Amino acid sequence: MSDLYRVEDLRLSLPDMTRKPLFGAAPRIEILKGMSFTIPKGQVLGIVGGSGSGKSTLGRALVRLLEPTGGRVTFDGTDLTHLPEPALRPLRHRFQMIFQDPMSSLNPRMSVARIIAAPLSLHGRPNPREGALEALERVGLPRSFGARFPHELSGGQRQRIGIARAIALRPDFILADEIVSGLDVSSQAQVLSILRNLVREMNLTLAFISHDLSVIRRLCDRVLVLHQGEIVEDAACEALFAAPQAAYTRELLEAIPEPDPKKPWFERAS
Amino acid sequence: MSYLRIRDLSVVLRGTRHRLLRDVSLDVSATEVMGLVGESGAGKSMIGKAVLGILPRSARIVSGSIELDGVDLLTLPPRKRRTLVGRKAALIPQDPLTALNPARRIEPQITDRLVDILGWDRARARTRAAEILHDVHIPQPDRVLRAYPHELSGGMRQRVLIASAFAAEPRLIVADEPTTALDVTVQKQILKLIFEMQARHETALLFVTHDLGVVSKICQRLTVLYGGLVMEEAEVGAFFDAPQHPYSRALLAATPRHTDPDADLTPVPDAVIAEARRAVAEADLRWHT
Ligand SMILES: Nc1ncnc2c1ncn2[C@@H]1O[C@H](COP(=O)(O)OP(=O)(O)OP(=O)(O)O)[C@@H](O)[C@H]1O
Ligand SMILES: Nc1ncnc2c1ncn2[C@@H]1O[C@H](COP(=O)(O)OP(=O)(O)OP(=O)(O)O)[C@@H](O)[C@H]1O
Ligand SMILES: [Mg+2]
Ligand SMILES: [Mg+2]
Repeated sequence: MSDLYRVEDLRLSLPDMTRKPLFGAAPRIEILKGMSFTIPKGQVLGIVGGSGSGKSTLGRALVRLLEPTGGRVTFDGTDLTHLPEPALRPLRHRFQMIFQDPMSSLNPRMSVARIIAAPLSLHGRPNPREGALEALERVGLPRSFGARFPHELSGGQRQRIGIARAIALRPDFILADEIVSGLDVSSQAQVLSILRNLVREMNLTLAFISHDLSVIRRLCDRVLVLHQGEIVEDAACEALFAAPQAAYTRELLEAIPEPDPKKPWFERAS
Repeated sequence: MSYLRIRDLSVVLRGTRHRLLRDVSLDVSATEVMGLVGESGAGKSMIGKAVLGILPRSARIVSGSIELDGVDLLTLPPRKRRTLVGRKAALIPQDPLTALNPARRIEPQITDRLVDILGWDRARARTRAAEILHDVHIPQPDRVLRAYPHELSGGMRQRVLIASAFAAEPRLIVADEPTTALDVTVQKQILKLIFEMQARHETALLFVTHDLGVVSKICQRLTVLYGGLVMEEAEVGAFFDAPQHPYSRALLAATPRHTDPDADLTPVPDAVIAEARRAVAEADLRWHT
Protein backbone atom coordinates (compact mmCIF):
# COMPACT_ATOMS: atom_id res chain seq x y z
CA MET A 1 0.00 0.00 0.00
CA SER A 2 1.50 3.37 -0.95
CA ASP A 3 1.38 6.45 1.20
CA LEU A 4 -1.04 9.27 0.41
CA TYR A 5 0.62 11.60 2.93
CA ARG A 6 4.20 11.70 4.11
CA VAL A 7 4.83 14.10 6.96
CA GLU A 8 8.40 14.73 8.08
CA ASP A 9 9.39 16.82 11.09
CA LEU A 10 6.38 19.10 10.61
CA ARG A 11 6.69 22.34 12.56
CA LEU A 12 4.37 25.25 12.87
CA SER A 13 4.72 28.38 14.94
CA LEU A 14 2.46 31.40 15.09
CA PRO A 15 2.88 34.89 16.51
CA ASP A 16 1.37 34.94 20.00
CA MET A 17 -0.85 38.02 19.88
CA THR A 18 -1.70 37.75 23.58
CA ARG A 19 1.94 38.51 24.44
CA LYS A 20 2.68 41.08 21.78
CA PRO A 21 4.59 44.03 23.22
CA LEU A 22 3.40 47.55 22.41
CA PHE A 23 6.24 47.95 19.93
CA GLY A 24 7.90 45.27 17.86
CA ALA A 25 6.96 41.78 16.85
CA ALA A 26 4.95 39.36 18.93
CA PRO A 27 6.92 36.39 20.27
CA ARG A 28 6.22 33.19 18.36
CA ILE A 29 4.74 30.13 19.98
CA GLU A 30 5.51 26.69 18.67
CA ILE A 31 2.26 24.82 18.16
CA LEU A 32 3.50 21.77 16.22
CA LYS A 33 6.90 20.71 17.49
CA GLY A 34 8.21 18.36 14.81
CA MET A 35 5.77 15.61 13.84
CA SER A 36 6.57 12.70 11.52
CA PHE A 37 4.11 10.10 10.24
CA THR A 38 2.60 8.72 7.07
CA ILE A 39 -0.99 8.04 6.03
CA PRO A 40 -1.24 5.04 3.69
CA LYS A 41 -3.93 5.18 1.00
CA GLY A 42 -7.28 3.89 2.22
CA GLN A 43 -6.40 4.18 5.90
CA VAL A 44 -8.60 5.75 8.57
CA LEU A 45 -6.30 7.62 10.89
CA GLY A 46 -7.55 8.84 14.26
CA ILE A 47 -5.96 11.95 15.77
CA VAL A 48 -6.66 12.38 19.49
CA GLY A 49 -5.49 14.71 22.23
CA GLY A 50 -6.75 17.16 24.80
CA SER A 51 -7.90 20.69 24.09
CA GLY A 52 -5.02 22.79 22.75
CA SER A 53 -2.81 19.80 21.90
CA GLY A 54 -2.57 20.91 18.25
CA LYS A 55 -5.07 18.60 16.51
CA SER A 56 -6.84 21.28 14.46
CA THR A 57 -3.56 23.00 13.64
CA LEU A 58 -2.13 19.72 12.34
CA GLY A 59 -5.30 19.14 10.30
CA ARG A 60 -5.13 22.61 8.80
CA ALA A 61 -1.49 22.13 7.88
CA LEU A 62 -2.33 18.85 6.09
CA VAL A 63 -4.94 20.50 3.87
CA ARG A 64 -2.74 23.61 3.62
CA LEU A 65 -5.10 26.05 5.24
CA LEU A 66 -1.97 26.86 7.22
CA GLU A 67 1.57 26.94 5.89
CA PRO A 68 4.10 24.93 7.91
CA THR A 69 7.12 26.79 9.24
CA GLY A 70 9.38 23.75 9.09
CA GLY A 71 9.61 20.18 7.86
CA ARG A 72 7.80 18.73 4.88
CA VAL A 73 4.29 17.58 3.90
CA THR A 74 4.05 15.44 0.77
CA PHE A 75 0.67 14.56 -0.74
CA ASP A 76 0.64 11.75 -3.29
CA GLY A 77 4.18 12.59 -4.35
CA THR A 78 3.71 16.38 -4.46
CA ASP A 79 5.49 18.53 -1.90
CA LEU A 80 2.73 20.76 -0.45
CA THR A 81 4.80 22.40 2.27
CA HIS A 82 5.28 25.83 0.74
CA LEU A 83 3.30 25.47 -2.47
CA PRO A 84 1.77 28.88 -3.36
CA GLU A 85 -2.01 29.14 -3.69
CA PRO A 86 -2.20 29.14 -7.54
CA ALA A 87 -0.27 25.87 -7.63
CA LEU A 88 -2.42 24.47 -4.80
CA ARG A 89 -5.72 25.31 -6.45
CA PRO A 90 -5.83 22.43 -8.98
CA LEU A 91 -5.05 20.05 -6.09
CA ARG A 92 -7.54 21.42 -3.58
CA HIS A 93 -10.50 19.30 -4.68
CA ARG A 94 -8.46 16.22 -3.77
CA PHE A 95 -8.31 17.03 -0.04
CA GLN A 96 -11.39 18.26 1.76
CA MET A 97 -12.09 19.28 5.32
CA ILE A 98 -15.28 18.90 7.38
CA PHE A 99 -15.60 21.25 10.30
CA GLN A 100 -16.82 20.78 13.84
CA ASP A 101 -19.62 23.28 13.91
CA PRO A 102 -21.89 22.43 10.98
CA MET A 103 -24.16 25.46 11.46
CA SER A 104 -21.49 28.11 11.09
CA SER A 105 -20.03 26.46 8.01
CA LEU A 106 -23.37 26.20 6.20
CA ASN A 107 -24.79 29.35 4.61
CA PRO A 108 -28.22 29.80 6.27
CA ARG A 109 -29.72 31.47 3.21
CA MET A 110 -28.83 28.70 0.79
CA SER A 111 -30.82 25.51 0.22
CA VAL A 112 -29.07 22.24 1.01
CA ALA A 113 -28.77 21.39 -2.70
CA ARG A 114 -27.09 24.72 -3.45
CA ILE A 115 -24.74 24.38 -0.47
CA ILE A 116 -23.50 21.01 -1.70
CA ALA A 117 -23.40 22.09 -5.35
CA ALA A 118 -21.38 25.26 -4.70
CA PRO A 119 -17.92 23.65 -4.61
CA LEU A 120 -18.86 21.54 -7.67
CA SER A 121 -19.66 24.66 -9.69
CA LEU A 122 -16.51 26.31 -8.37
CA HIS A 123 -14.42 23.47 -9.74
CA GLY A 124 -16.28 23.58 -13.04
CA ARG A 125 -17.92 20.17 -12.71
CA PRO A 126 -20.78 19.44 -15.12
CA ASN A 127 -24.30 19.18 -13.69
CA PRO A 128 -23.57 20.29 -10.12
CA ARG A 129 -27.18 19.94 -8.96
CA GLU A 130 -27.35 16.27 -9.89
CA GLY A 131 -23.96 15.72 -8.23
CA ALA A 132 -25.31 17.35 -5.06
CA LEU A 133 -28.41 15.15 -4.92
CA GLU A 134 -26.28 12.06 -5.48
CA ALA A 135 -24.04 13.08 -2.60
CA LEU A 136 -27.14 13.45 -0.40
CA GLU A 137 -28.12 9.88 -1.15
CA ARG A 138 -24.64 8.68 -0.31
CA VAL A 139 -24.96 10.09 3.21
CA GLY A 140 -28.34 8.40 3.65
CA LEU A 141 -30.62 11.41 3.14
CA PRO A 142 -33.45 11.52 0.59
CA ARG A 143 -33.07 13.79 -2.44
CA SER A 144 -35.99 15.86 -1.17
CA PHE A 145 -33.64 17.23 1.51
CA GLY A 146 -32.05 19.29 -1.23
CA ALA A 147 -34.91 21.79 -0.89
CA ARG A 148 -34.43 22.32 2.85
CA PHE A 149 -32.52 25.07 4.61
CA PRO A 150 -29.92 24.51 7.38
CA HIS A 151 -32.19 25.70 10.23
CA GLU A 152 -34.72 23.03 9.26
CA LEU A 153 -32.25 20.25 10.07
CA SER A 154 -31.18 18.50 13.26
CA GLY A 155 -27.53 18.58 14.36
CA GLY A 156 -26.88 15.10 13.01
CA GLN A 157 -28.49 15.94 9.67
CA ARG A 158 -26.42 19.12 9.36
CA GLN A 159 -23.28 17.15 9.96
CA ARG A 160 -24.30 14.79 7.15
CA ILE A 161 -24.72 17.79 4.83
CA GLY A 162 -21.15 18.78 5.70
CA ILE A 163 -20.02 15.29 4.73
CA ALA A 164 -22.08 15.34 1.53
CA ARG A 165 -20.50 18.65 0.53
CA ALA A 166 -17.01 17.25 1.13
CA ILE A 167 -17.53 13.99 -0.80
CA ALA A 168 -19.39 15.57 -3.72
CA LEU A 169 -16.03 16.48 -5.25
CA ARG A 170 -14.90 12.86 -4.95
CA PRO A 171 -11.73 13.74 -3.06
CA ASP A 172 -8.93 11.31 -2.19
CA PHE A 173 -8.64 12.57 1.35
CA ILE A 174 -11.02 13.94 3.96
CA LEU A 175 -10.07 15.54 7.21
CA ALA A 176 -12.92 15.50 9.75
CA ASP A 177 -12.34 17.81 12.73
CA GLU A 178 -14.44 16.86 15.79
CA ILE A 179 -17.49 16.32 13.63
CA VAL A 180 -19.43 14.15 16.07
CA SER A 181 -18.50 15.82 19.37
CA GLY A 182 -21.71 17.81 19.70
CA LEU A 183 -24.03 14.98 18.69
CA ASP A 184 -26.05 12.57 20.81
CA VAL A 185 -24.88 8.94 20.75
CA SER A 186 -27.43 7.77 18.22
CA SER A 187 -26.64 10.51 15.67
CA GLN A 188 -22.97 9.92 16.44
CA ALA A 189 -23.23 6.24 15.54
CA GLN A 190 -25.13 7.15 12.37
CA VAL A 191 -22.51 9.62 11.16
CA LEU A 192 -19.67 7.21 11.97
CA SER A 193 -21.23 4.34 10.08
CA ILE A 194 -21.84 6.61 7.07
CA LEU A 195 -18.17 7.61 7.12
CA ARG A 196 -17.08 4.01 7.30
CA ASN A 197 -19.19 3.05 4.29
CA LEU A 198 -17.91 6.01 2.30
CA VAL A 199 -14.31 5.06 2.98
CA ARG A 200 -15.02 1.62 1.56
CA GLU A 201 -17.18 2.64 -1.39
CA MET A 202 -15.28 5.70 -2.53
CA ASN A 203 -11.76 4.52 -1.79
CA LEU A 204 -11.23 7.42 0.60
CA THR A 205 -8.40 8.09 2.99
CA LEU A 206 -9.67 9.69 6.18
CA ALA A 207 -8.12 11.56 9.10
CA PHE A 208 -10.54 11.80 11.98
CA ILE A 209 -9.84 14.28 14.78
CA SER A 210 -11.50 13.71 18.13
CA HIS A 211 -10.80 14.09 21.82
CA ASP A 212 -12.83 10.97 22.54
CA LEU A 213 -11.00 7.67 22.22
CA SER A 214 -14.16 5.57 22.41
CA VAL A 215 -15.34 7.17 19.17
CA ILE A 216 -11.93 6.56 17.57
CA ARG A 217 -12.08 2.89 18.49
CA ARG A 218 -15.15 2.33 16.38
CA LEU A 219 -13.80 3.90 13.25
CA CYS A 220 -10.05 4.00 12.93
CA ASP A 221 -7.29 1.68 11.78
CA ARG A 222 -4.52 3.64 13.41
CA VAL A 223 -4.26 6.38 16.03
CA LEU A 224 -1.93 9.32 16.67
CA VAL A 225 -2.02 10.67 20.21
CA LEU A 226 -1.06 14.34 20.45
CA HIS A 227 0.03 16.14 23.59
CA GLN A 228 1.32 19.70 23.68
CA GLY A 229 2.23 19.79 20.02
CA GLU A 230 3.98 16.43 19.88
CA ILE A 231 3.03 12.90 18.88
CA VAL A 232 3.32 10.86 22.07
CA GLU A 233 1.99 7.64 20.58
CA ASP A 234 1.46 6.26 17.06
CA ALA A 235 -0.12 2.83 17.10
CA ALA A 236 -2.53 0.48 15.40
CA CYS A 237 -5.98 0.97 16.92
CA GLU A 238 -6.19 -2.50 18.47
CA ALA A 239 -2.69 -2.26 19.94
CA LEU A 240 -3.39 1.15 21.43
CA PHE A 241 -6.46 -0.02 23.32
CA ALA A 242 -4.93 -3.34 24.31
CA ALA A 243 -1.73 -1.81 25.66
CA PRO A 244 -1.47 1.98 25.66
CA GLN A 245 2.20 2.96 25.83
CA ALA A 246 2.28 6.66 26.66
CA ALA A 247 1.21 7.90 30.10
CA TYR A 248 -0.89 10.54 28.42
CA THR A 249 -2.79 7.94 26.38
CA ARG A 250 -3.65 6.13 29.59
CA GLU A 251 -4.84 9.38 31.11
CA LEU A 252 -7.13 9.98 28.14
CA LEU A 253 -8.51 6.45 28.40
CA GLU A 254 -9.16 6.74 32.12
CA ALA A 255 -11.03 10.00 31.61
CA ILE A 256 -13.75 8.32 29.52
CA PRO A 257 -16.79 7.42 31.60
CA GLU A 258 -17.68 3.86 30.61
CA PRO A 259 -21.43 3.25 30.78
CA ASP A 260 -21.07 0.91 33.74
CA PRO A 261 -21.88 1.97 37.30
CA LYS A 262 -19.90 -0.93 38.76
CA LYS A 263 -16.57 0.29 37.45
CA PRO A 264 -15.24 2.90 39.86
CA TRP A 265 -14.25 6.11 38.17
CA PHE A 266 -13.63 8.55 40.98
CA GLU A 267 -14.26 8.06 44.64
CA ARG A 268 -17.01 10.02 46.27
CA ALA A 269 -15.51 12.66 48.54
CA SER A 270 -16.63 12.23 52.12
CA MET B 1 -40.18 12.94 50.21
CA SER B 2 -39.46 14.54 46.86
CA TYR B 3 -37.77 17.89 46.90
CA LEU B 4 -38.77 18.41 43.29
CA ARG B 5 -42.05 16.85 42.20
CA ILE B 6 -43.28 17.26 38.64
CA ARG B 7 -46.68 15.88 37.67
CA ASP B 8 -48.17 15.53 34.18
CA LEU B 9 -46.35 18.55 32.88
CA SER B 10 -47.22 19.53 29.33
CA VAL B 11 -45.55 22.35 27.45
CA VAL B 12 -46.67 23.45 23.99
CA LEU B 13 -45.17 25.56 21.28
CA ARG B 14 -47.06 28.82 21.82
CA GLY B 15 -50.03 29.31 19.54
CA THR B 16 -50.11 25.63 18.57
CA ARG B 17 -51.27 22.33 20.03
CA HIS B 18 -47.83 20.85 19.42
CA ARG B 19 -46.40 19.55 22.67
CA LEU B 20 -42.69 19.80 23.49
CA LEU B 21 -43.23 18.03 26.84
CA ARG B 22 -45.90 15.35 27.16
CA ASP B 23 -47.36 14.66 30.62
CA VAL B 24 -43.92 14.50 32.21
CA SER B 25 -43.80 13.25 35.81
CA LEU B 26 -40.53 13.22 37.66
CA ASP B 27 -39.30 13.21 41.26
CA VAL B 28 -35.98 14.22 42.72
CA SER B 29 -35.57 13.72 46.43
CA ALA B 30 -33.34 15.91 48.60
CA THR B 31 -29.64 14.93 48.22
CA GLU B 32 -30.39 12.73 45.18
CA VAL B 33 -28.70 12.91 41.78
CA MET B 34 -31.18 12.30 38.96
CA GLY B 35 -29.98 11.93 35.38
CA LEU B 36 -32.14 13.20 32.54
CA VAL B 37 -31.14 11.60 29.23
CA GLY B 38 -32.37 11.44 25.66
CA GLU B 39 -31.41 12.39 22.14
CA SER B 40 -31.04 15.95 20.99
CA GLY B 41 -34.46 17.63 20.97
CA ALA B 42 -35.99 15.16 23.44
CA GLY B 43 -36.94 17.99 25.81
CA LYS B 44 -34.26 17.63 28.50
CA SER B 45 -33.45 21.33 28.65
CA MET B 46 -37.15 22.23 28.50
CA ILE B 47 -37.75 20.37 31.77
CA GLY B 48 -34.88 22.16 33.47
CA LYS B 49 -36.07 25.51 32.15
CA ALA B 50 -39.66 24.88 33.22
CA VAL B 51 -38.47 24.18 36.77
CA LEU B 52 -36.33 27.30 36.91
CA GLY B 53 -39.02 29.44 35.27
CA ILE B 54 -36.84 30.38 32.31
CA LEU B 55 -38.78 28.82 29.44
CA PRO B 56 -38.38 30.61 26.11
CA ARG B 57 -41.31 32.86 25.14
CA SER B 58 -42.22 30.46 22.38
CA ALA B 59 -42.98 27.71 24.91
CA ARG B 60 -45.98 27.67 27.26
CA ILE B 61 -46.97 25.38 30.14
CA VAL B 62 -50.54 24.17 29.54
CA SER B 63 -51.07 21.63 32.28
CA GLY B 64 -49.49 19.84 35.21
CA SER B 65 -47.68 20.97 38.33
CA ILE B 66 -44.14 21.62 39.51
CA GLU B 67 -43.68 21.41 43.27
CA LEU B 68 -40.48 22.64 44.81
CA ASP B 69 -40.12 21.84 48.51
CA GLY B 70 -43.88 21.26 48.72
CA VAL B 71 -44.90 24.52 47.06
CA ASP B 72 -46.65 24.41 43.67
CA LEU B 73 -44.68 26.92 41.63
CA LEU B 74 -47.24 27.28 38.87
CA THR B 75 -49.90 28.70 41.20
CA LEU B 76 -47.61 31.43 42.57
CA PRO B 77 -47.63 34.97 41.20
CA PRO B 78 -44.56 35.49 38.96
CA ARG B 79 -42.66 37.67 41.38
CA LYS B 80 -43.06 35.36 44.35
CA ARG B 81 -42.16 32.47 42.17
CA ARG B 82 -38.93 34.09 41.01
CA THR B 83 -37.83 34.82 44.56
CA LEU B 84 -38.65 31.31 45.73
CA VAL B 85 -36.86 29.64 42.83
CA GLY B 86 -33.93 32.04 43.20
CA ARG B 87 -33.53 31.03 46.85
CA LYS B 88 -33.97 27.33 46.44
CA ALA B 89 -32.68 26.40 43.01
CA ALA B 90 -29.83 27.26 40.65
CA LEU B 91 -28.52 26.36 37.22
CA ILE B 92 -25.13 25.18 36.00
CA PRO B 93 -25.35 26.02 32.30
CA GLN B 94 -23.87 24.18 29.35
CA ASP B 95 -21.64 26.67 27.66
CA PRO B 96 -19.14 28.34 30.00
CA LEU B 97 -18.28 30.94 27.37
CA THR B 98 -21.69 32.38 26.62
CA ALA B 99 -23.06 31.98 30.15
CA LEU B 100 -20.73 34.64 31.52
CA ASN B 101 -20.99 38.27 30.49
CA PRO B 102 -17.71 39.01 28.68
CA ALA B 103 -17.79 42.68 29.61
CA ARG B 104 -18.02 42.21 33.38
CA ARG B 105 -15.55 40.98 35.94
CA ILE B 106 -16.23 37.66 37.66
CA GLU B 107 -17.04 39.14 41.08
CA PRO B 108 -20.36 40.86 40.33
CA GLN B 109 -21.40 37.92 38.20
CA ILE B 110 -21.30 35.78 41.35
CA THR B 111 -22.40 38.33 43.93
CA ASP B 112 -25.35 39.99 42.15
CA ARG B 113 -27.63 37.06 42.94
CA LEU B 114 -26.59 37.02 46.58
CA VAL B 115 -27.34 40.70 46.92
CA ASP B 116 -30.57 40.71 44.90
CA ILE B 117 -32.14 37.49 46.09
CA LEU B 118 -30.77 36.93 49.57
CA GLY B 119 -30.47 40.64 50.37
CA TRP B 120 -26.87 40.39 51.53
CA ASP B 121 -24.60 43.44 51.60
CA ARG B 122 -21.76 43.63 49.06
CA ALA B 123 -18.99 42.88 51.56
CA ARG B 124 -20.62 39.71 52.81
CA ALA B 125 -21.39 38.61 49.24
CA ARG B 126 -17.78 39.19 48.26
CA THR B 127 -16.43 37.14 51.15
CA ARG B 128 -18.80 34.35 50.21
CA ALA B 129 -17.73 34.50 46.54
CA ALA B 130 -14.05 34.15 47.47
CA GLU B 131 -14.91 31.29 49.82
CA ILE B 132 -16.92 29.39 47.23
CA LEU B 133 -14.22 29.85 44.56
CA HIS B 134 -11.81 28.32 47.03
CA ASP B 135 -14.24 25.39 47.42
CA VAL B 136 -14.09 24.66 43.70
CA HIS B 137 -10.29 24.51 43.91
CA ILE B 138 -9.52 27.81 42.26
CA PRO B 139 -6.04 28.64 43.53
CA GLN B 140 -6.15 32.45 43.75
CA PRO B 141 -9.79 33.40 44.30
CA ASP B 142 -9.09 37.11 44.71
CA ARG B 143 -7.29 37.30 41.41
CA VAL B 144 -10.07 35.39 39.64
CA LEU B 145 -12.75 37.65 41.14
CA ARG B 146 -11.07 40.60 39.44
CA ALA B 147 -10.59 38.78 36.12
CA TYR B 148 -12.71 39.00 32.98
CA PRO B 149 -14.09 35.73 31.53
CA HIS B 150 -11.74 35.73 28.51
CA GLU B 151 -8.76 35.66 30.87
CA LEU B 152 -9.81 32.21 32.10
CA SER B 153 -9.61 28.81 30.39
CA GLY B 154 -12.79 26.86 29.55
CA GLY B 155 -12.33 24.54 32.53
CA MET B 156 -11.73 27.50 34.84
CA ARG B 157 -14.86 29.31 33.60
CA GLN B 158 -16.92 26.18 34.23
CA ARG B 159 -15.55 26.09 37.80
CA VAL B 160 -16.67 29.69 38.26
CA LEU B 161 -20.18 28.78 37.08
CA ILE B 162 -20.31 25.82 39.46
CA ALA B 163 -19.19 28.05 42.32
CA SER B 164 -21.78 30.61 41.33
CA ALA B 165 -24.55 27.98 41.34
CA PHE B 166 -23.63 26.78 44.82
CA ALA B 167 -22.97 30.25 46.29
CA ALA B 168 -26.47 30.84 47.67
CA GLU B 169 -26.71 27.30 49.10
CA PRO B 170 -29.61 26.21 46.88
CA ARG B 171 -31.33 22.92 47.69
CA LEU B 172 -31.75 21.96 44.03
CA ILE B 173 -29.30 22.36 41.19
CA VAL B 174 -30.12 21.84 37.54
CA ALA B 175 -26.95 21.07 35.56
CA ASP B 176 -27.62 21.24 31.82
CA GLU B 177 -24.85 19.36 29.99
CA PRO B 178 -22.22 21.19 32.02
CA THR B 179 -19.26 19.41 30.42
CA THR B 180 -20.08 18.95 26.73
CA ALA B 181 -17.89 21.90 25.74
CA LEU B 182 -14.86 20.47 27.55
CA ASP B 183 -12.29 17.85 26.60
CA VAL B 184 -12.42 14.45 28.33
CA THR B 185 -9.71 15.04 30.91
CA VAL B 186 -11.16 18.40 31.95
CA GLN B 187 -14.66 16.87 31.88
CA LYS B 188 -13.57 14.31 34.45
CA GLN B 189 -12.22 16.99 36.80
CA ILE B 190 -15.39 19.03 36.47
CA LEU B 191 -17.72 16.07 37.04
CA LYS B 192 -15.72 15.09 40.08
CA LEU B 193 -16.07 18.62 41.37
CA ILE B 194 -19.85 18.78 40.83
CA PHE B 195 -20.19 15.44 42.55
CA GLU B 196 -18.05 16.54 45.48
CA MET B 197 -19.94 19.83 45.88
CA GLN B 198 -23.30 18.06 45.62
CA ALA B 199 -22.31 15.63 48.38
CA ARG B 200 -20.83 18.27 50.65
CA HIS B 201 -23.77 20.66 50.30
CA GLU B 202 -26.35 17.85 50.23
CA THR B 203 -28.09 19.35 47.24
CA ALA B 204 -30.61 17.63 45.02
CA LEU B 205 -29.18 17.51 41.50
CA LEU B 206 -31.02 17.19 38.19
CA PHE B 207 -28.29 16.33 35.74
CA VAL B 208 -29.10 16.78 32.03
CA THR B 209 -26.85 14.89 29.62
CA HIS B 210 -26.94 12.72 26.54
CA ASP B 211 -24.03 10.64 27.79
CA LEU B 212 -25.08 7.45 29.58
CA GLY B 213 -21.44 6.94 30.56
CA VAL B 214 -21.62 10.10 32.66
CA VAL B 215 -24.97 9.03 34.14
CA SER B 216 -23.53 5.69 35.24
CA LYS B 217 -20.82 7.49 37.18
CA ILE B 218 -22.68 10.20 39.04
CA CYS B 219 -26.42 9.50 39.19
CA GLN B 220 -28.53 7.37 41.49
CA ARG B 221 -31.56 7.33 39.22
CA LEU B 222 -32.28 8.34 35.66
CA THR B 223 -35.19 9.28 33.43
CA VAL B 224 -35.08 8.54 29.70
CA LEU B 225 -36.97 10.94 27.44
CA TYR B 226 -37.99 10.66 23.82
CA GLY B 227 -40.05 13.29 22.05
CA GLY B 228 -40.93 14.99 25.33
CA LEU B 229 -42.34 11.73 26.70
CA VAL B 230 -40.84 9.73 29.58
CA MET B 231 -39.83 6.32 28.24
CA GLU B 232 -38.39 4.90 31.43
CA GLU B 233 -37.44 5.89 34.95
CA ALA B 234 -35.08 3.61 36.85
CA GLU B 235 -32.41 3.11 39.48
CA VAL B 236 -29.00 3.40 37.84
CA GLY B 237 -27.81 -0.06 38.94
CA ALA B 238 -30.92 -1.81 37.62
CA PHE B 239 -30.92 0.23 34.42
CA PHE B 240 -27.39 -0.65 33.36
CA ASP B 241 -28.01 -4.31 34.21
CA ALA B 242 -31.21 -4.50 32.20
CA PRO B 243 -32.92 -1.46 30.73
CA GLN B 244 -36.65 -2.17 30.50
CA HIS B 245 -37.77 -0.09 27.56
CA PRO B 246 -36.64 -1.06 24.02
CA TYR B 247 -35.71 2.56 23.37
CA SER B 248 -33.49 2.65 26.48
CA ARG B 249 -31.84 -0.60 25.42
CA ALA B 250 -31.08 0.84 21.99
CA LEU B 251 -29.73 4.05 23.50
CA LEU B 252 -27.42 2.06 25.76
CA ALA B 253 -26.27 -0.05 22.81
CA ALA B 254 -25.43 3.11 20.88
CA THR B 255 -23.23 4.40 23.71
CA PRO B 256 -19.57 3.84 22.84
CA ARG B 257 -17.42 1.63 25.06
CA HIS B 258 -13.71 1.90 24.49
CA THR B 259 -13.01 -1.21 26.57
CA ASP B 260 -15.05 -3.44 24.29
CA PRO B 261 -12.96 -4.80 21.40
CA ASP B 262 -16.11 -5.74 19.49
CA ALA B 263 -17.68 -2.35 19.99
CA ASP B 264 -19.61 -1.56 16.86
CA LEU B 265 -21.60 1.27 15.39
CA THR B 266 -25.19 0.72 16.42
CA PRO B 267 -27.47 3.68 15.88
CA VAL B 268 -30.93 3.36 17.43
CA PRO B 269 -32.70 1.08 14.90
CA ASP B 270 -35.52 2.54 12.81
CA ALA B 271 -37.99 0.01 14.23
CA VAL B 272 -37.28 1.21 17.78
CA ILE B 273 -37.67 4.84 16.73
CA ALA B 274 -40.95 3.94 15.04
CA GLU B 275 -42.19 2.35 18.24
CA ALA B 276 -41.19 5.37 20.34
CA ARG B 277 -42.97 7.62 17.85
CA ARG B 278 -46.07 5.49 18.17
CA ALA B 279 -46.00 5.91 21.93
CA VAL B 280 -45.76 9.67 21.42
CA ALA B 281 -48.69 9.64 18.97
CA GLU B 282 -50.82 7.59 21.36
CA ALA B 283 -50.09 9.97 24.23
CA ASP B 284 -51.16 12.87 22.01
CA LEU B 285 -54.34 11.09 20.98
CA ARG B 286 -55.34 10.67 24.63
CA TRP B 287 -54.44 14.28 25.31
CA HIS B 288 -56.39 15.76 22.42
CA THR B 289 -59.62 13.87 23.17
N1 LIG C 1 -4.13 31.67 15.54
C1 LIG C 1 -3.52 31.30 16.69
N2 LIG C 1 -2.69 32.15 17.34
C2 LIG C 1 -2.08 31.79 18.48
N3 LIG C 1 -2.22 30.60 19.06
C3 LIG C 1 -3.02 29.70 18.45
C4 LIG C 1 -3.71 29.99 17.25
N4 LIG C 1 -4.43 28.91 16.90
C5 LIG C 1 -4.20 27.99 17.85
N5 LIG C 1 -3.34 28.47 18.79
C6 LIG C 1 -2.85 27.72 19.95
O1 LIG C 1 -2.28 26.53 19.49
C7 LIG C 1 -2.55 25.45 20.36
C8 LIG C 1 -3.17 24.31 19.58
O2 LIG C 1 -4.43 24.71 19.09
P1 LIG C 1 -5.40 23.74 18.27
O3 LIG C 1 -6.59 24.52 17.91
O4 LIG C 1 -4.63 23.09 17.18
O5 LIG C 1 -5.75 22.66 19.37
P2 LIG C 1 -6.78 21.46 19.32
O6 LIG C 1 -6.00 20.25 19.71
O7 LIG C 1 -7.50 21.45 18.04
O8 LIG C 1 -7.75 21.84 20.52
P3 LIG C 1 -9.35 21.69 20.67
O9 LIG C 1 -9.59 20.29 21.13
O10 LIG C 1 -9.67 22.67 21.77
O11 LIG C 1 -9.99 22.02 19.36
C9 LIG C 1 -3.44 26.00 21.46
O12 LIG C 1 -2.65 26.25 22.58
C10 LIG C 1 -3.97 27.28 20.88
O13 LIG C 1 -4.22 28.22 21.89
N1 LIG D 1 -36.83 28.50 21.88
C1 LIG D 1 -37.53 27.50 21.37
N2 LIG D 1 -38.68 27.73 20.70
C2 LIG D 1 -39.40 26.73 20.17
N3 LIG D 1 -39.07 25.44 20.26
C3 LIG D 1 -37.94 25.13 20.91
C4 LIG D 1 -37.12 26.13 21.49
N4 LIG D 1 -36.06 25.52 22.06
C5 LIG D 1 -36.22 24.21 21.83
N5 LIG D 1 -37.36 23.96 21.14
C6 LIG D 1 -37.87 22.65 20.73
O1 LIG D 1 -38.28 21.96 21.90
C7 LIG D 1 -37.94 20.59 21.84
C8 LIG D 1 -37.12 20.21 23.05
O2 LIG D 1 -35.92 20.97 23.05
P1 LIG D 1 -34.83 20.89 24.18
O3 LIG D 1 -33.93 22.05 23.98
O4 LIG D 1 -35.48 20.71 25.49
O5 LIG D 1 -34.07 19.55 23.76
P2 LIG D 1 -32.87 18.83 24.49
O6 LIG D 1 -33.34 17.47 24.88
O7 LIG D 1 -32.33 19.70 25.56
O8 LIG D 1 -31.84 18.66 23.29
P3 LIG D 1 -30.26 18.95 23.20
O9 LIG D 1 -29.59 17.67 23.63
O10 LIG D 1 -30.04 19.20 21.74
O11 LIG D 1 -29.92 20.11 24.09
C9 LIG D 1 -37.20 20.41 20.52
O12 LIG D 1 -38.09 19.88 19.58
C10 LIG D 1 -36.78 21.80 20.13
O13 LIG D 1 -36.75 21.92 18.72
MG1 LIG E 1 -9.56 21.73 17.50
MG1 LIG F 1 -30.54 20.78 25.78
